[in-house]
Amino acid sequence: MAIIQTHNLTKVFDKKITAVKDLNIEINKGEIFGLLGPNGAGKTTIIKMFATLLAPTSGTAIVNGFDVIKQPSKVRESIGIVFQEPSSDELLTGYENIKLYAMMYGLPKSKIEERIYQALELVELKNRKDDLVKTYSGGMRRRLEIARSLIHKPLVLFLDEPTLGLDPAGREKMWAYISRLVKELEMTVLLTTHYMEEADTLANRVGIIDLGKIVVVDTPKALKDTLGGDLVTIESHDLETGKLEKLDYVTSVKQEKNDTILTIKNVSQNLQPLLKFIGNIDSVEVRRVTLNDVFLHFTGKRIQEDGGKNTFFEKLIQESASRR
Amino acid sequence: MMFLRGIRAIWQREMLTFLREKPRIISAAINPIFWLLTFGAGLGSTVSIEGINYQQYIFPGIIIQTILFSSIFYGAYLVWDRRIDLLKAILVTPLSRSSIFFGKVISGITFALIQSFIILIFGFFININYTFTSFILVLLTITVSAAGLTALGLTIGSFMTSPEGFQLITTFVIFPLFFLSGALYPLDQLPAYLEALTAFNPLTYIVDLLRGLLIDLQYFGTNLNSLVMVGFAFVILFIGIKAFERMRS
Repeated sequence: MAIIQTHNLTKVFDKKITAVKDLNIEINKGEIFGLLGPNGAGKTTIIKMFATLLAPTSGTAIVNGFDVIKQPSKVRESIGIVFQEPSSDELLTGYENIKLYAMMYGLPKSKIEERIYQALELVELKNRKDDLVKTYSGGMRRRLEIARSLIHKPLVLFLDEPTLGLDPAGREKMWAYISRLVKELEMTVLLTTHYMEEADTLANRVGIIDLGKIVVVDTPKALKDTLGGDLVTIESHDLETGKLEKLDYVTSVKQEKNDTILTIKNVSQNLQPLLKFIGNIDSVEVRRVTLNDVFLHFTGKRIQEDGGKNTFFEKLIQESASRR
Repeated sequence: MMFLRGIRAIWQREMLTFLREKPRIISAAINPIFWLLTFGAGLGSTVSIEGINYQQYIFPGIIIQTILFSSIFYGAYLVWDRRIDLLKAILVTPLSRSSIFFGKVISGITFALIQSFIILIFGFFININYTFTSFILVLLTITVSAAGLTALGLTIGSFMTSPEGFQLITTFVIFPLFFLSGALYPLDQLPAYLEALTAFNPLTYIVDLLRGLLIDLQYFGTNLNSLVMVGFAFVILFIGIKAFERMRS
């Protein structure tokens, strides 16, 4: 059953910059759905429209059965959100931050304390609850904000780049928290990320998004399978690519400078015969297909995992978004 | 009920942060006293107006100056909340925009009352005579004016797109309102252009009202002063709510 549904959802900034174009997507109850794409692809804009923070230019979006334009407060009651940028109050303690939000969601007084402790326990911040947030690390803040977003037991949780700016250890810890809370609270999670590994590890289904359009949606495994196997890169002087293409376990052959890149079905079985077939080889490298290859396959370009921020396009979108 | 709980949550948040921002409390308490002790006493050594020492004469004006600066800046600070994602997190809760707005206005009033209270206590030392009634009426005047001025700040903050323009608020809003209010000079015998400009400034009437309450010297009638003050507050509150509702995060 779909808990989020859109029909031709479109957002145009300043009548000229199309951030999201004709989005049609269904997110099922209880799944973790990952929107994967580079910065400026329109991921945050989509989440903001779902969270009633931005009005769509055209099209519709239904969240938990409510229209984001016509029933914004019903939508707000159904969702929790963790933004990309820190959004907790530095001068308040972790406990105070959560308590104030519990009040804003109108939780009954008798339940507030219990809920706060449950949420803090889930993200393992109970022992730091009385410290000011400004003394927290980046990862702790993000966890606090997750706890805060769970306080009213939302059905849908939006996580906008949940591990942006965290170090590798912090990132893995965050992944563990996210999968745990989905299991324990039976929530639907929509997360955006430009980290391939994150989408691969966490998401049940991934939507690849580029330039405001969803290119393809499927499970990470199915997406990787579309490439037809794993990658074998071979450097060899006397290689006849024409012959290789005829082998039944080779799905594609590509030439990159001195390297020949083959896609091979069932690599564990077929590598040996392949190497025998080629004969004289200078070097060989075998690599599992990643979502990065999938992204490259569908969009014709690579995602920049780092340093991609503040591209010209991204800046344009941010500028015009902040001008609204 | 939800409306009131929202206001309370916003108010609590603002109070907690206010109490932890030590520099803000210190400057809020010291600035007005500094004005009275230097500018007021300095000019007061040679200047008196209608038989009243200049330091006492500007006392009501300094109260207004304090709440003018603090209320407008507090309101306009909204632009920072919007810049970082703090405000967005509040806007995605089911709270209505108007309850967020009123939570902020009531916080602005509270800050104004706390600051004015400190100045009023200092008033004892420069021989300002209070009665119980005048004291209550002064606090009431401060409440109504702070509501209007905070709403004005929030309106500005909701229209601003980046904090870069913040200095302009001082130049084009606060200074004109303050210097054209008669806070520092008497209104009779003004040159024609100043007379016209002060007459258009709602703060002129608020300063006059306070001066009547605190040092028993008044240029306009109490009715006119009160009417302008209440009218100003209502109009700006109305504009403020509208601005808040159309504001994008």
